[in-house]
Amino acid sequence: MAPRPRSRLHVPHPPARPGDPVDFSYVRTSPAGEMPRPEVAAPVATLAPLANELVRVLGDDHRAVGAWDPHLEPDVLQVGLRHMLLTRLFDERMQRTQRQGKISFYMRSLGEEAVSVAQAMALRPGDMLFPSYRNQGIYMVRGRPLVDLMCQLLSNTRDMCKGRQLPVMYHWKDGNIFSISGNLATQFPQAVGWAMAAAIKGQDDVACAWIGEGSSAEGDFHSAMIFAEVYNAPVILNVVNNQWAISTFQGFAGGEQATFAARGPGYGIPGIRVDGNDFLAVYAVTQWAAERARTGSGPTLIEHVTYRAAAHSTSDDPSRYRPKDEYERWPLGDPVERLKSHLVALGEWSEERHAALAKELEEHVTKSWKEATKFGTLTEGPKLDPDLMFEDVYKEMPPHLEKQRAQLRAELAAAAAERGAERG
Amino acid sequence: MSARQTYRDALREAHRSALGGDPRVLLIGEDVGRYGGSYAVSRGLLDEFGPDRIVDAPLSELGFVGAGVGAALGGLRPIVEIMTVNFSLLALDPIVNTAASLRHMSGGQFHVPLVIRMATGAGRQLAAQHSHSLEGWYAHVPGLRVLAPATVDDARGMLGAALDDPDPVVIFEHAQLYNVDGTLTAPGGDPDIAHARVRRPGGDVTLVTWGGMLPRTLAAAAELAEAGVDAAVVDLRVLRPLDMATVYESVRRTRRAVLVDESWRSGGFAAELSARLMECAFYDLDAPVERVATAEVPIPYARQLEEAALPQVASIVAAARRCLGGSA
Repeated sequence: MAPRPRSRLHVPHPPARPGDPVDFSYVRTSPAGEMPRPEVAAPVATLAPLANELVRVLGDDHRAVGAWDPHLEPDVLQVGLRHMLLTRLFDERMQRTQRQGKISFYMRSLGEEAVSVAQAMALRPGDMLFPSYRNQGIYMVRGRPLVDLMCQLLSNTRDMCKGRQLPVMYHWKDGNIFSISGNLATQFPQAVGWAMAAAIKGQDDVACAWIGEGSSAEGDFHSAMIFAEVYNAPVILNVVNNQWAISTFQGFAGGEQATFAARGPGYGIPGIRVDGNDFLAVYAVTQWAAERARTGSGPTLIEHVTYRAAAHSTSDDPSRYRPKDEYERWPLGDPVERLKSHLVALGEWSEERHAALAKELEEHVTKSWKEATKFGTLTEGPKLDPDLMFEDVYKEMPPHLEKQRAQLRAELAAAAAERGAERG
Repeated sequence: MSARQTYRDALREAHRSALGGDPRVLLIGEDVGRYGGSYAVSRGLLDEFGPDRIVDAPLSELGFVGAGVGAALGGLRPIVEIMTVNFSLLALDPIVNTAASLRHMSGGQFHVPLVIRMATGAGRQLAAQHSHSLEGWYAHVPGLRVLAPATVDDARGMLGAALDDPDPVVIFEHAQLYNVDGTLTAPGGDPDIAHARVRRPGGDVTLVTWGGMLPRTLAAAAELAEAGVDAAVVDLRVLRPLDMATVYESVRRTRRAVLVDESWRSGGFAAELSARLMECAFYDLDAPVERVATAEVPIPYARQLEEAALPQVASIVAAARRCLGGSA
């Protein structure tokens, strides 16, 4: 008699670790153009295939095909390419700058540029964005000068955070971009609350929030989904499945047995699994979800299937936990190259124009860095006044903080006088 | 002359007035709608203001506090009701890591005008998961304003002021106070959310307390008065930012201080008060500061155990006598 099966602890492990051959057989793809595009008001129950297949528009021949083709004009595509390329070049430069010790920390979005850029372009300026830390592309789309981002990275005298937040934790109230949180996924229920407020006020603006697949394990994800469904909130909830959360592969977030998009229908929310490296597909599904939200049909969950080509941050070394050549073998390619090839195929772009654009943007980054460093660097130039840290704890400074500020001022002045005396 | 009303009624009136006066105000929480809230504060408000303003929430503190933060960012003035302080621990992340810190972290760009109300404290046989006094934890966090209304006036007056505050405010309503009644001294109650109040003047010893311990401390003062001891009672009302001036002023006169704190002794809020008295009123004191606090155990269920764990009138009186030495 065969022994009775018994339960065993399953500890997920990625298909490949350093030295192993790359294996992306677990990433299921669908041919470009194959998925139908339902009406934006379609009932959730009819949308199940969207959560399990993969919405793709750009085919291997670099042509846009199928019902999800957003039919964007070439000039719009060129703007998208420009924003993605700027994001990439900015990231590259800031990475090098960190390695030179000129900034303390950085996080690149290499390989994921289409997610932020296409989504921000598909939304309206009044829509509120609740980003995670790999969404710098939204800043390019909404036109925040690089100098401002660099000043934040430098924590210098023009830092938008006044020296109080980690580098890359940008925010821009006037640009309708919320602060980035280091406590992951906390922005998800907050985005839903913002969307509830928009609905209560009778406005047709939508909220759009991003988390990684790793932090979809947080309770915030569940709470946000419940609240979004219960109140039919006009919100787009994005899970950027870039396969890796530092060294934790997507199987540890529950990606082995089901897609992340498939969680949507379980909550009564449409889930769309999209090729996150396909600018046109990301644009199209975002447009669909935004229109659905704006016209009263509620939230959408979008899973962007992409790959974190760079390290998690400047503080980790991915060669310790994944094969070095994974990105080269990533089945969905490179988002910048794919949009570029599409424009070339349309006769609207060329290698020469691309090289010229890259040169122009490189120069823009260089010029911006020069400008930013005028406001102070880690070692030289003007410095933030320690006094500033007592401001903005409350709108009005309470007496105890005034007292603590006065005490610090006195201590700093005494220390300065002592140094002066020693030198004298 | 206004009629007597309960603390609960005063809170309800404060909500009614806030909701009626500002279309941005809404109340969200578990069972706040048809049921009227777990302590019946919002009873009747659903019919008056509708389900968009009195919003029943799914059972997720993380969700409705997080959504409250988002709604505040979206231009509304949400009041979030949490059933009990113990459940608020499920929402510490949006409260501490976002609401309290955001104005500062964002260089002053974003702020969270959110009011969070919750029941706190023991004495109703609700055991360890519904009875703790954690307001001292919240009072530790920069960026929050922490209120402990203990009277009908404060129940009526503090909510409106909290909603006018551009920063997040956490209001602790002691569960034993809801049925306490009193008379408003002004039609809108006391809208001050910055200062302590002397609830009973006295010259022999200063009893400092807040929230649910106020009635008990006043009872202890009355008992002391019968024995010829004239005890002052200071109600802190606001735990952050803390108004110590009122405390120092009283201690300067009485030269003795007893701190009555329903939380656990070690690391409790009374420890902070005691340290401040050491720093700023040491030479005004004729005796060591006394603390009356809760036994350092999870609050038990059985009545006699719960009573034994909590500060009682007798323990406050005894502490005052110790502080007065042989003179009382």
